[in-house]
Amino acid sequence: MSKYIFAIYNDEDVLMQNIKPLRSNGVRIKEVYSPFPVHGMDHLIGHKRTRISICAFIYGIIGCCLALIMTNYMMITDWPMDIGGKPSFEFYKNLPAFVPVIFESTIFCAAHGMVITFYLRSKTLPGVTAFVPDVRMTDDRFVMQVECNDLSKKAELSALLMKHGAEEVKEYGK
Amino acid sequence: MYEAPIREPLILGDKTNHEITEDICRPIEGKANKYWWWCFIASVAALLWWVFCVSITVGEGIGMWGINNIVDWGWDITNFVWWVGIGHAGTLISAVLLLFRQKWRLSINRSAEAMTIFAVICAATFLLTHIGRPWLPYWLLPLPNQFGSLWVNFNSPLVWDTFAVSTYFTVSLVFWYTGLIPDFAVVRDRAKTKAMKFWYGTLAFGWTGSSKNWQRFEEVSLVLAGMSTPLVLSVHTIVSMDFATSILPGWHTTIFPPYFVAGAIFSGFAMVQTLLIIVRKVLSLENYITTLHIDMMNRIILVTGSIVGIAYITEFFIAWYSGVEYESYAFINRATGYYWWAYASMMTCNVISPQLFWVKSLRTNITFTFILSIVVNIGMWFERFVIIVSSLHRAYLPSEWGTYHPSWVEVGIFIGSLGLFFTCFLLFARFFPVIAMSELKTITKSSSTQAKRAALEHGHTHAAHH
Repeated sequence: MSKYIFAIYNDEDVLMQNIKPLRSNGVRIKEVYSPFPVHGMDHLIGHKRTRISICAFIYGIIGCCLALIMTNYMMITDWPMDIGGKPSFEFYKNLPAFVPVIFESTIFCAAHGMVITFYLRSKTLPGVTAFVPDVRMTDDRFVMQVECNDLSKKAELSALLMKHGAEEVKEYGK
Repeated sequence: MYEAPIREPLILGDKTNHEITEDICRPIEGKANKYWWWCFIASVAALLWWVFCVSITVGEGIGMWGINNIVDWGWDITNFVWWVGIGHAGTLISAVLLLFRQKWRLSINRSAEAMTIFAVICAATFLLTHIGRPWLPYWLLPLPNQFGSLWVNFNSPLVWDTFAVSTYFTVSLVFWYTGLIPDFAVVRDRAKTKAMKFWYGTLAFGWTGSSKNWQRFEEVSLVLAGMSTPLVLSVHTIVSMDFATSILPGWHTTIFPPYFVAGAIFSGFAMVQTLLIIVRKVLSLENYITTLHIDMMNRIILVTGSIVGIAYITEFFIAWYSGVEYESYAFINRATGYYWWAYASMMTCNVISPQLFWVKSLRTNITFTFILSIVVNIGMWFERFVIIVSSLHRAYLPSEWGTYHPSWVEVGIFIGSLGLFFTCFLLFARFFPVIAMSELKTITKSSSTQAKRAALEHGHTHAAHH
């Protein structure tokens, strides 16, 4: 497993400006922790675009299909009811009345499926112990997680990070 | 994103990110003051009264209410529609204003969403008591049952309502909770006591704020907002169809969906004003929920109030213009018949009073806004009462004519539901971060007083560099 050190920044813009110069010096940045979403950060440190909205679309299609099957089976195939003489023996004729239920089921499956996927993929679940290199990272500090496999180079790497805007460099739990 | 330096700041008082954390966590970390306790005791008392009145309804039956064979929907459905409508503003603020990139939503979305959740819970309690046998609510769901292969009727707006309200409630709940997770993590990382660390650590689900998680978080928020927008419109559309698909004069109109949605947003924003004007004072959040926020919400109240006013007048005109004598009678009877006082209250509170918000000094006056927000909600309650009771008490045949007066049990359930709502809201204000601080911190560099001052001095905002 790789070893890491953590560079603390007090300004998101300073951190972002220093990502490129640090990388060109061979520094490997694993992740950046911030108290709020910083636009462009994910792109700068090389995260791919998330595909979670594609998941949502697929869940939505599943919800829509389930509702189509349900309404067709219950009201057309299994037990057609003559309600006020309205057409209820052919699916396409009765479909307009089913649209609200189909719509709600689509949204239900898309929204919940997406949120559950988000929680699972981000390992954000009840009972998970948080990875907190510095407690100020949810308040007003920005923490850069840097790979440091050779601990003899730690001092050198720390100096480089300090030169590039970090206000402090530390190890996990220290 | 560029923001004009002359535009008023959204965060006052030169707040740094750390000060924002301090200000918003203070009410959670400190002790509750005496105002909170007094409000809480009063709310719990009303809640106990609700338990008592609901117990009587469930134990003795719906006969304890004033509804009868002629007016068979009374305060129960009036209150259901009123509460669901109030809920709509929370979704409008968090979803629609997110899609429109309105940054002023950031200080108010959290409490508005909480209001949505609690209002929908209150609405659901009216449906449960209204069905008379609240231990059988699963009859509303399409489940295989012991009565042969009889299913729910998917042609019925009441079944659409089951789907719409349950989807709306659960989606709003996860939207709200997902937004809360980063803020729970803030409280967790500041916690001084073991208990705080444990509880907020559990609630935070192990959130760290890595850029990958923020990237997903933002995508999830955006897509949820995109789905919640048609969802919230569909909910009150379907509620309006509970009425509009019937053939009763006064209910059988095609303008109901847009008219109900506008009314819902109108009453919901009024309730947000009522709550936030108290919250900003009691929790000292005047630097975050500013006069600008109140002004913005008042503008929405003005717009939606005007839509509601136009809808009332259109309804009246069409009743005459259609030439249907039953329809004309229903509307003339609303204005001049047995329940004229309810109609007059509705017209005064909903059509005339919001027009006062054309005046800027009134829109930015906090006391006036507070009073008017309550007036609007009284008006919107009367709107539902007028629609339901005045149409039902004079149907087609004179043998279907009658009157309706609520019993003390119905009144008690309504007052009790306010107790339920405020008990939930006070607990929320005590234990949860009432402002989405993690999201609010995204605008300290573009819309705080210090950023605006710097922008005026240098001719641009800091954020404009990027």
